[in-house]
Amino acid sequence: MPAIGRIKDTMEAPPIIRIDHVDKIFTTVAQEKIQALSDISLSIADGEFVTIVGPSGCGKSTLLKILAGLQRATSGVVELDGTPVSAPRRDIGIVFQNPVLFPWRTILENVLLPAEVQGRPMAAARARARELLAMVGLADFEKKYPMELSGGMQQRAAITRALVNDPRILLMDEPFGALDAMTREQMNLELQRIWGESRKTVVLITHSIPEAVFLADRVIVLSARPGRIARIIKVDIPRPRSMAVLSDPAFARVCGEIRKLLYGVEDEAGAAGGGLS
Amino acid sequence: MSASDTRRIETPVRKRPSRLSILIRQRPEIVIAPIGLVLFIIGWEWSVVWLKVPTYILPTPSQIGTALMKGLNAGWDDRGGYWLHTRVTLSQILLGFVAGSGAGLILGTVISQFRLLEATLRIYLVAIQSLPKIALAPIIVLWFGFGLTSKVVIIALLTFFPLLVTSLAGFRAVDRERLELMRALGAGPWTVFWKVRVPSALPYIFAGLEMASVFSIVGAVVGEFVGAQLGLGTLILSMTAQMDMSGTFSVFIILSVIGIGMHSILKAVQRRVLFWTDAEATAEPPPEG
Repeated sequence: MPAIGRIKDTMEAPPIIRIDHVDKIFTTVAQEKIQALSDISLSIADGEFVTIVGPSGCGKSTLLKILAGLQRATSGVVELDGTPVSAPRRDIGIVFQNPVLFPWRTILENVLLPAEVQGRPMAAARARARELLAMVGLADFEKKYPMELSGGMQQRAAITRALVNDPRILLMDEPFGALDAMTREQMNLELQRIWGESRKTVVLITHSIPEAVFLADRVIVLSARPGRIARIIKVDIPRPRSMAVLSDPAFARVCGEIRKLLYGVEDEAGAAGGGLS
Repeated sequence: MSASDTRRIETPVRKRPSRLSILIRQRPEIVIAPIGLVLFIIGWEWSVVWLKVPTYILPTPSQIGTALMKGLNAGWDDRGGYWLHTRVTLSQILLGFVAGSGAGLILGTVISQFRLLEATLRIYLVAIQSLPKIALAPIIVLWFGFGLTSKVVIIALLTFFPLLVTSLAGFRAVDRERLELMRALGAGPWTVFWKVRVPSALPYIFAGLEMASVFSIVGAVVGEFVGAQLGLGTLILSMTAQMDMSGTFSVFIILSVIGIGMHSILKAVQRRVLFWTDAEATAEPPPEG
């Protein structure tokens, strides 16, 4: 099977993200210990697009929050560019499932928020924000308020906000989970294009298997709680990928393999075709 | 299509529906409400006359109007006219409102920033809030005398708690995702306070201000009932003592005008500051996933 290959931690380029034996244990109010992540080790190369899939509650979001410096690993090491992550960093852009735009700010003002918070030169940031808004097709909406935009447009604004400080790494936590199926497909194509143009390292969490396979260089499949890496699957489908890929046999085979890992059975009917959601 | 295009096409043949008629069709209440008021006043006038209700029980609207004009035609400093009393009451209301709601807002804001402090004080604040503070009016008059100070203190006491409670609630109700976003951006507490917490708390604070504006008028009148030499409340007392119902009702009109005025000013400020809340309240909640 040439399209699917299990690969080890060793990548050609030096890793920008190194996760080494990370465990995360939450302690509840009742002093119960819940293990969310177990022994996660993973290296991500500069410019790589990695997606993470797993059942609900497998700790996907926790892993992303640890990468973002919003939470700390109970044990193990997370390094970005050779330095351990202990607090939120400026070279990371983050996109949540909800756009989290501030309703009292215009789209441009929302996009400029990271530059403002981090005290960057505003004239340059404004120029960059306009450039990015044009790239995601929101050039005419910079003076609008979030409530005047559709869900897909709001999420594009949120992605623009994550990119405005030109972070090296883009972390996305189910960014299209709240969108309808058609908007979602469009957003996937657009994200692929943005990634192709900006060459960021992207780590994207999703519960949609086709979305994970469509976007990824590598798909990380997590098992149910405690989340551990069930398998890392390399997706060798050439880029840029179009929606036609969805009916590609190689694509269906990868999706099928992931489904088997997650549900234990291969769902033949669902493996081929279908949307991204 | 712009308005000028339509005009060019239609003017020679027949008249375009006027802007007024369009407005009336969209919002019929702007016509129905005043017509209803006029009908109500006419009905009141006629029924009082027909049923021969004595004036000292219920005056007719025209008698009230006459009394109002008489009171307003008096001199600026005439104790028998309305201007002096209105001025006294209004200054008490404004001073008490600003002092009370300002103190409530500041204290609520400070307390809400410290979780332990808020948790410790909450039970006492709830207890004090459920007390009928208006019952303290006689004591406050006893302490602060018959002049302006006692009224300002009563009003401040009444307006303090709405602002304290709503600002506490507002600062507590900040969306967690917004806070997480700010944390991910590495924002410090001061930045988070100004850029997220304050705007998020503002809708609550405005709700508190609206409550406080109503309470401030109640406080002024009650304070003047308990003991005062000047003010609309004293006017009501002396007029009812003399069975001057038309006069009493005309004072009600002045009090309503003050109330409506405060409400309109607050609403106007709110529309400018909170232009985004309407849409947020009606927006669809994000789906779970």
